[in-house]
Amino acid sequence: MKFAIIVFPGSNCDYDTYFAVKYLLGKEAEFVWHKDTNLKGADVVVLPGGFSYGDYLRSGAIARFSPIMKQVAQFANKGGPVLGICNGFQVLLEAGLLPGAMRRNHQLKFICEHVHVRVEHTDTPFTRDVVAGQVLRIPIAHGDGNYYANPETVATLEDKRQIIFRYTTPGGELDEAWNVNGSTLAIAGICSEGRNVVGLMPHPERACEASLGSVDGRALLESVIGALANDSIAKMK
Amino acid sequence: MFDQETIDAHGLTSIEYKRVIDILGREPNLTELGIFSVMWSEHCSYKSSRLHLNKLPTTGSRVLQGPGENAGAVDIGDGLAAVFKIESHNHPSFIEPYQGAATGVGGIIRDIFTMGARPIALLDSLRFGPLDDPHTRQLVEGVVAGIAGYGNSIGIPTVGGEIAFDVSYAGNPLVNVFCLGIASTDMLIKGSAEGVGNAVYYVGAKTGRDGIHGATMASSEFDETSSEKRPNVQVGDPFMEKLLLEACLEVIQTDALVGIQDMGAAGLTCSTCEMGARGGSGIEVDIAHVPQRETGMTPYEIMLSESQERMLFVVRHDHEAKVEKIFKKWDLHAVRIGFVTDDGLLRVKHSGTIVAEIPNKALVNDGPLYDRPIKAPSDLVTRQSLDLEKLSLMASPTEILVQLLASPQVASKRWVYRQFDHMVQTNTLVLAGMGTAVVRVKGTNRALAFSVDGNGRYCYLDPFEGGKLAVAESARNVACAGALPIGATNCLNFGNPERPESMWQFVRAVEGISEACTKLDIPITGGNVSLYNETGGESIHPTPVLGVVGIIEDLNCVLGRSFRSADSVVILLGKMGSDLGGSEYLKTVHGIVRGYPPYLNLTSEQALQQLLVEMISAGLLESAHDCAEGGFAVTLAECCFDSNLGVDVIVSGQTIKGHEDLGLVATLFGETASRVIVSSAEKNVDSVLAKATAAGIQACPIGKTGGTRFRVTVSNSLVIDLPLTDIERVWTTGLSKHFET
Repeated sequence: MKFAIIVFPGSNCDYDTYFAVKYLLGKEAEFVWHKDTNLKGADVVVLPGGFSYGDYLRSGAIARFSPIMKQVAQFANKGGPVLGICNGFQVLLEAGLLPGAMRRNHQLKFICEHVHVRVEHTDTPFTRDVVAGQVLRIPIAHGDGNYYANPETVATLEDKRQIIFRYTTPGGELDEAWNVNGSTLAIAGICSEGRNVVGLMPHPERACEASLGSVDGRALLESVIGALANDSIAKMK
Repeated sequence: MFDQETIDAHGLTSIEYKRVIDILGREPNLTELGIFSVMWSEHCSYKSSRLHLNKLPTTGSRVLQGPGENAGAVDIGDGLAAVFKIESHNHPSFIEPYQGAATGVGGIIRDIFTMGARPIALLDSLRFGPLDDPHTRQLVEGVVAGIAGYGNSIGIPTVGGEIAFDVSYAGNPLVNVFCLGIASTDMLIKGSAEGVGNAVYYVGAKTGRDGIHGATMASSEFDETSSEKRPNVQVGDPFMEKLLLEACLEVIQTDALVGIQDMGAAGLTCSTCEMGARGGSGIEVDIAHVPQRETGMTPYEIMLSESQERMLFVVRHDHEAKVEKIFKKWDLHAVRIGFVTDDGLLRVKHSGTIVAEIPNKALVNDGPLYDRPIKAPSDLVTRQSLDLEKLSLMASPTEILVQLLASPQVASKRWVYRQFDHMVQTNTLVLAGMGTAVVRVKGTNRALAFSVDGNGRYCYLDPFEGGKLAVAESARNVACAGALPIGATNCLNFGNPERPESMWQFVRAVEGISEACTKLDIPITGGNVSLYNETGGESIHPTPVLGVVGIIEDLNCVLGRSFRSADSVVILLGKMGSDLGGSEYLKTVHGIVRGYPPYLNLTSEQALQQLLVEMISAGLLESAHDCAEGGFAVTLAECCFDSNLGVDVIVSGQTIKGHEDLGLVATLFGETASRVIVSSAEKNVDSVLAKATAAGIQACPIGKTGGTRFRVTVSNSLVIDLPLTDIERVWTTGLSKHFET
C-alpha cells in the first residue's frame, strides 16, 4: 500500500505528511513532483498543506494547472481516495474536484491554533474509523480558510451528505463563536459527490503524536489504510 | 572629483574618503564610491563595534563555527550541528513595517541555509513605543503581519519570542529575528570563493532598484525627512525564497559547491567581496549578465541593489551542469556571471568594460576601525537613585497585580503568536506562549530549546549589569525547559556611537555580556550590531538581545511554564529578595525607570541552571518558570494560566530598612534574579530538595496547586485572594484589547 504525496513549488507540509505516514503509521509513502506525469502506483493521493506558488492570485489557483493534476483527476474520477489538507484542499477546490471556494478568514488574520471539529458522516475513506458526532482536536494554520459555497451548492452538499467536518465547541456544539474563520455553516471539510475525494482545512498530520498536543488526526489517516486493507475501495492500478 | 555633498551623501567622512584614494592610488569613480559607501557603512563594517566585539568569548568544545561566517554552528551530536544567528531589521521596519519585518525574516533565513542547514525555527524580539499611540499600533500590526506573512509562507515555524513596549522605542522600533537550522557537521558550507577559474553564479530573483543604500540608511539616525527613505526598504517574496532554499539544500548535497553567500545588506557588492576576502581570492563579474527586472540600471544600481532572495554560488570547475540542472528543476534563474581570480581584486565589468576595481581585503578587512570616545551619561547617578520615600502606596497588592497583568508588556502575547504558524514541520514540543521554545531534532532523541531576551531598562540603568542579566535570563529560560545552554548569538541595539554616552553604554554592555558568557560557559557564535537607533537626538534604551540555544538530551524530558496537576507542590528555587530597581512595577505603577538593576551572582546562577537541567532530566519536575518581569507574583500567576489550576502559597516577606510598607511590594513584584518557580509531584519533593541542597541552591516548598483561586500569603497575611478566571481574563486581553475592534 502506497501513499503519493504531491509536492508543488511552495508546498511546506509535504515532509510532515510523509513523516506521519511512513514513520508513525508505518506505511510506504513517496513524494510525487508536480511536473511528474504519473502517480507511481499509489493507492492514496495526498495534496499536502503549504503555500503552493506563494498563494499568488488565489491559494491553489496556479497549482491546479500543474501537470500532475491530470493524473490526480483521473485517479479521483476512477474512485481513488484523495485527501486535500489545507492548501491541498484549496487546490482541489480550484481544480473543480471539490465544490465551493475559499475566502480570507473573516477576521482577516492568519490563525494557528488547535480547534475542535465534529465528524458529520463516516462513509468516506478517511472517516470510516471514527464515529459520527465524534469531536476531534486538530490544529489549523491558515489565512484563507473561510469556506464559501453559494446557496444552491450548500443545499446540494447538505442533501448529499457531503459536509464531513464542522468547527464546533469542544463539546461538539455548533456555535458561531467557535467558527474560527467564519466558514459557511462552519464547514471545515467536505467530500466529493463520489465521496472518495475529501478536503479539510485542519492538519491531521500535525495531530498524530501526543508530544505535539493531540493524536486525534491519526484516525483519519488510519481510516484510509483500513479501507484499502479491507479492499472496500476499488484498488486503482 | 566629487564634491563634499556627494561624499557626505555616501556616509563617508573626509578621512575615510582620503583612505579610499590611498587604497586605489587614485580617485574612485561613482560606482566605486557607492561600493565603499556600503561596505564601510556601520552596518556592514562594524567600524564602531569591532574593537569591542573582540572581547566576547567565541570558543568552546562544541563550537564548529564562530563569528565571521553567515551564521554560527555548534555540535549537537549524532553528526549534526545547530546553526543559528540573530539579526536586526530595525530601521526598515520603522519606514515600512510589513516589508521591513518580512525582509528581516527573509534575510536571517538565508543566512542559515547558506551554511547548508535546513531552517527549523524562528523567534523574534520586538520593541515598540506605548500602544496608546495609533501610529505605534500600526507599526505593531504591520511588523507582526510581515513576520507572519514571510515565515508562514516559507514554512518555517515562528515558535516564540518577546515583545516589549517603552516610550524610548517610539521612533525606533526594534525588530530582531533569530533563526535556527540543522545541518550535518560534515556538510557545513563556508561563504568563501576559492579555486582560480571556478565559476561564480548568481541565483534567484531578478535585481531591481529596491533597497539601494539600505545599509547606509541603517547606519544613520532618523529625522523629519525619514519617510522619504521608503525606496530604501526592500520588498520580500517568500515563495521565491522557498524555492531558493530547497534548491540550495539540494545543490549542497552534491559536491559541486565551493562556497555560497546570500545577498543581504549591500547586495552583490557585499557577497562578492566578502567571498573573495574569505578565500584570499579575487572575483571578476560582468554585471551585464545579472538578471534585471528594470531597464536601464546603471552599474552603481546593480551593485548596490538590495533586491531580496538572491544568492551567489562559487561552483567547482566542471560541475556547473549539475548545479544548473537543479536550479532548472526549481524554475530559478542561475546565471554564470563571473569567475574566481588570484589577484585579490573585486573587478566589476559591464559588457566587457571595467566599471570598478577594488582590492577585496580593503573593502572587508581593512575598513575603518574606530575606538570611539566613551563617557558615562551625565545623569547616570540620577538614574541609579531610587527615592523610596517618593513611592506612594495607594494601590493594594491585588490592584498592582491586576494592573501588571493588564499591561501589554506582561499580558498574554497570544494575539501575536496566533498569527504565526508555530506548528509547521511537526517539531514543536512546547507550543508558542507555553514556555521556552523547544523543537525536536527528527532522527535523534534530542531536542533544542532557545530563547531571546534583553531588558532595555536594566541596561539603561547599568549597561554592564544589564548585559550580564540578558545572558543570564536567556540561559535560565533555556534551562527551565530542561536544556543545557551550549551557545548564543547576540543582537546589540544601541544609539549613535558618535555620541560618547551611547558608545559607553555599548562598551559596558559588551563587557557585561562577555563576563556572563565566559562564566556560564556559553560561547557567542555570531550576531549582529544595530547602531544609530535614535530619532531627533533621543536614543533608545541600550538593548542587547541574547539568543541562547540549549540542548535536551532526551526529548521526553521537556517542560513548559504551566502547572500540570492538582495537588502538586510548588517550590521556589533561589532566594527571595527586594530588588525594585528597573522593575516592571516601578514603570507601570509609578511611571519611572530608576535604581540599580537586580544584583546577579553568576556562580549561583550557573548552579541554578545546572540544577534545573539535572532535575528535569531526572523527571522530577512538572513545570518550571523563571521570575522575570513583574516578579514573583506575576510569575506565579503565569504558572496558573493555561492550566485550569489555582494555587495557594505562603512566602516570607522581605524587608527594606526604613521602608517597612515597601517590603510587601518588593516581595511580590521585585525582580530579584536567579529565581525559578517549579512544581513537582508530592512523591518527588524530597529528591528535589535534596538535589537543591547538594547544589547549594535554596529551595523552599511554598504551597500547592489546585482549586479555582489564586492565593498568596506573605508572612502571616493573605494579601492576594482572587478567582483564577478573573486574573486570567485580564491577562488574556491585556494586549489584544488594543487591537480588536
